[in-house]
Amino acid sequence: MNARLISGRTIAQGQNLDNKLSEEYYNAVAICEMNEKDMEKIGVSADENVEVRTSYGEVVVKAKEGGGNPEGIAFIPMGPWANAVVSGDTHGAGMPQYKGIDAEIEKSEEKVLPVKELMQRYMG
Amino acid sequence: MAEGELLIKNGVVYDPINGVNGEKKDICIRDGKVVEEVKNPKVIDAGGRVVMPGGVDIHSHIAGGKVNSGRLFRPEDGRRGLEAKTKVCRMQSGYSVPNTFATGYRYAKMGYTFVMEAAMPPLAARHTHEEIVDIPILDNAALPLIDNNWMTLDYVKSGDIDLLTAYIAWIIKATKGYGVKIVNPGGTEAWAWGKNCDLNDTVPYFDVTPAEIVKSLGEANEKFEMPHSIHVHTNMLGHPGNFGVTMATYDLVKGIKPSKDRQVLHATHTQFHSYGGTNWGDFESKADAIADYVNKNEHVTIDIGSIILGDTTTMTADGPMEYSLYQITGRKWTNHDVELETGSGITPFLYSGKSPVNTIQWAIGQELALLVKDPWKVALTTDHPNAGPFIGYPILISMLMSKKRREESAADMHSAIYDRAALPSIDREYDLYEIAIITRGMTAKALGLHEHGKGHLGVGADGDVAIYDMSPEERDAGKIQKAFLNTKYTIKGGEIVVKDGEVVATPAGKTYFVTPECDDTLTEEMLKKLKDKFEHYYSVTFNNYPVQDAYVPNPYEIKAPMRG
Amino acid sequence: MEITDVVCALCGCVCDDLVVEVEDNEVKKVKKGACSVGKSKLMGHGRIKSPAIRENGSLKECSYDDAIKKAAGILAAARRPLLYGWSSTVCEADKVGIELAEEIGAVIDNTASVCHGPSVLAIQDVGLPSCTLGEVKNRADLVIYWGANPTDAHANHMKRYSYISKGYWTAEGKKDKKLIVVDVRETKTAKVADVFIRIEQGKDFLVFSALRALLLGYEDVVPEEVGGVSKKDLLEAVRLMKEAKFGITFFGMGVTQSTGRHNNIVNAIQMTRAAHTHTKFSIMPMRGHYNVNGFNQVCTWETGYPFSVDLSRGYAWYNPGETSSTDLLVRRECDAALFIATDPGAHFPGESIRHLAKIPVIQIDPFANPTTEFADVVIPAAISGIESEGNVYRMDNIPIRLRKVVDTEYLPDEEILEKILEEVRAIREKEGE
Repeated sequence: MNARLISGRTIAQGQNLDNKLSEEYYNAVAICEMNEKDMEKIGVSADENVEVRTSYGEVVVKAKEGGGNPEGIAFIPMGPWANAVVSGDTHGAGMPQYKGIDAEIEKSEEKVLPVKELMQRYMG
Repeated sequence: MAEGELLIKNGVVYDPINGVNGEKKDICIRDGKVVEEVKNPKVIDAGGRVVMPGGVDIHSHIAGGKVNSGRLFRPEDGRRGLEAKTKVCRMQSGYSVPNTFATGYRYAKMGYTFVMEAAMPPLAARHTHEEIVDIPILDNAALPLIDNNWMTLDYVKSGDIDLLTAYIAWIIKATKGYGVKIVNPGGTEAWAWGKNCDLNDTVPYFDVTPAEIVKSLGEANEKFEMPHSIHVHTNMLGHPGNFGVTMATYDLVKGIKPSKDRQVLHATHTQFHSYGGTNWGDFESKADAIADYVNKNEHVTIDIGSIILGDTTTMTADGPMEYSLYQITGRKWTNHDVELETGSGITPFLYSGKSPVNTIQWAIGQELALLVKDPWKVALTTDHPNAGPFIGYPILISMLMSKKRREESAADMHSAIYDRAALPSIDREYDLYEIAIITRGMTAKALGLHEHGKGHLGVGADGDVAIYDMSPEERDAGKIQKAFLNTKYTIKGGEIVVKDGEVVATPAGKTYFVTPECDDTLTEEMLKKLKDKFEHYYSVTFNNYPVQDAYVPNPYEIKAPMRG
Repeated sequence: MEITDVVCALCGCVCDDLVVEVEDNEVKKVKKGACSVGKSKLMGHGRIKSPAIRENGSLKECSYDDAIKKAAGILAAARRPLLYGWSSTVCEADKVGIELAEEIGAVIDNTASVCHGPSVLAIQDVGLPSCTLGEVKNRADLVIYWGANPTDAHANHMKRYSYISKGYWTAEGKKDKKLIVVDVRETKTAKVADVFIRIEQGKDFLVFSALRALLLGYEDVVPEEVGGVSKKDLLEAVRLMKEAKFGITFFGMGVTQSTGRHNNIVNAIQMTRAAHTHTKFSIMPMRGHYNVNGFNQVCTWETGYPFSVDLSRGYAWYNPGETSSTDLLVRRECDAALFIATDPGAHFPGESIRHLAKIPVIQIDPFANPTTEFADVVIPAAISGIESEGNVYRMDNIPIRLRKVVDTEYLPDEEILEKILEEVRAIREKEGE
């Protein structure tokens, strides 16, 4: 499914700002909120995994219902999972495109990488 | 303050507070202070050059929220003053809104050693002090804005001058401020609703008039032995025909007896308040009327706020004025209203010699200096950066000292200067003694700083000295301007900080603040009302409001007891 | 022991009326004033225990002195160092950071770069008609949140300062006010709004333009639908704006991080200027970190520019898009980086992190985070606002002093930086710089 991806703050993300290597942070941030109809479209239910793919990368996160998203909009809380698929192109303004990235979202059987493993992808 | 001894010999000294007018005279400094004699000093041979006490600026916007918002929104101004760091100096930037380091260096190079930051919003006082700490060399102080504060408005309305007195004592202490600053009284509060006030209009919701505010604060200030009088930016700044309002404001405090030997009201950037006409079409100079008032009265001093042609950044707590200016130019505009207290506006402005209005404004500032007969009533300012940056002072000095230079400049400007201004018809030329008065003697006295070692070179004074690279006989305006821009030496507290126009040392300046000593019973009663304001209307708590000592690492306290 | 007037060092709200219970040098309870996010910070999390240096791929604990020496060595040897973060620490530390950047000719940048940097660019274009939060509390009868979701990101904002707060002319709280929320999704904030305007993602610029045109009286040029919003709804919003006695727009990263970036904010400010022809109207960015604004303030008065300042020339060179962190990293230009009170590992695009993994990285932070995974020198710091004091600037430019509520063995940021600076100077002196 094609979607517009946005990222942003949530309460649970904020509560774990100083606690990013924890399970709480993982549970709060390694997620993708979508409209119920979109979830039906790709045949995924809450707490199943989805792969989010953009021109800049791909990441597996847990699907969540709601977040007030209309159809075609997906939301990942700001953090390393969202940023795995964000472009570094700032359009000359210094600011990456954290919101409004064209993404493809599909159901995935892969596991959601814990933060340390996710960071390992950048090494070497 | 430098330890050790310094002897400045062969200087031609202009020290008006001590009546020294161009005398060849040695100056001895020990441990940062002027003394009678020295035994084993380091010697500076002034070689017949002009020697003056360190300059004292009575009104300049150099630090704080709106100055920094000015810097932030004008990167193009920043690029006009870029200089790389050196072994001695930090990096520099900016022209009309220089960074803090450049501010200190450039003032010191002009021979200034004290600058008064002219407008400190109390709620943001910490910001002003944080920047001041980053301004090298200069001794300093800041005037908190007290005239649009709800506490003030409430007490003016109820006529409780004693409680108003308790409030101004508290807020000056809480902000580590120096005195009572008034900016468009009532008008800035009205601006919070997008409105403005003339002198006798009623402030929306508060049922008081600007005239009542000025009079009450004038009375309250004199209940203490404050070093400085109320410092007033009158209503209707920049409006054609405002000179009547200006003089009416002066009249409000005429009957008040000062608690010390000084004026009752210092009127600032008077150029902006000396306008005739009814619109920009028939706009004309009324500097003659204002000067006449000042000549005939003893309770008012002024600073001129004279124009420097070119691009600058205007900024004031007079929010509605900045809005009007932005409406005229269409350029960028920042506004920042401050809860329960004040506001501010900022917009860039180009003073052009081709514009009739700017040309007349340019004339007015100089007319004020030339038409007020007694230089002890006039200070040299540009209301930096409003009428132009402080770095333009040497231009003004050369204008005041040379009728020829004024004529040459006027010839390049709009012809309105010959029809609607008096400048071309004025022959007076300032001499160096008078220049020393309007740049240090008068300003130190009007601020009450002469009692604390500033603005003169008598025994016991601070060892702040400017040695200008010119002979007293110099009449060439260009050379005078050059000499006043970069000193041969600037000495601060006995330490050489500028040599041959280069900064060679950057000691930290002292922050002067006043502690008005108010009666405890009055303070207690006032605090009940004040705490209620914090409880319900302020967005910070009462206990987090006062400026902590950490913000004033080099304090100089002046106690102001209740008047006996 | 109960400590009052504690200042929350979390978000740009900088709530300063917290009451905290401290026993045995530990925060036991946050009794009053903090939102759940602020409370979570005060109650604390696991710390970085010791300074450490990476050897053969893993971090080895070491002394402060060794870590500082190592960090100074990296910085002194670097040709294009980046010093980044500065928003969750105090101004006193920011000042030392700028001095360090000046000493080594670094680029210094703060998190505004990926937050409200575009707002700064817009302000440099058109200015910012704004006010303090107390003005909003006392006067505002119309509050607009645009691309901002305070319920999640600034949880006390509405209660303390805007829609729900009670002030002098707003004694009845929200009964006296209208709340408009503009967003692409129905956030928790949108759910409590009087009017929720859902716009299409990335169409903020168009909707600002339409409102601007309507406010200036050009109804005829506005089409029936703009950015997913009907003209009828736009006209209704404009009616509310015109009828307000005091309006305020708070905007967030929904506007700064979307297509258009600073252009969106220019238009938002121009909308405010247009509204000002009818009534009093202000606009304010919802600054994220508690002192993101403070770094911008200090950097401006010291260098002349608020962020993304390149000091390699000895004077300040400012050109976001060229001198901003993301661009520098994506261009693989930096050869060393110091991160303080920030976490690029979590918050920078993957492309930037890929380069960071290749260069020496110094991290100064109380807490381990994704950045720690690739940091080569890790220096633990005291937590500002809990274990050390200092000045910060609230989102509305109000300076507030953080309080210290417990003692610590960890060094404050300011002191760590001073030691690094001293060490860098010693190295450079030895090399005859």
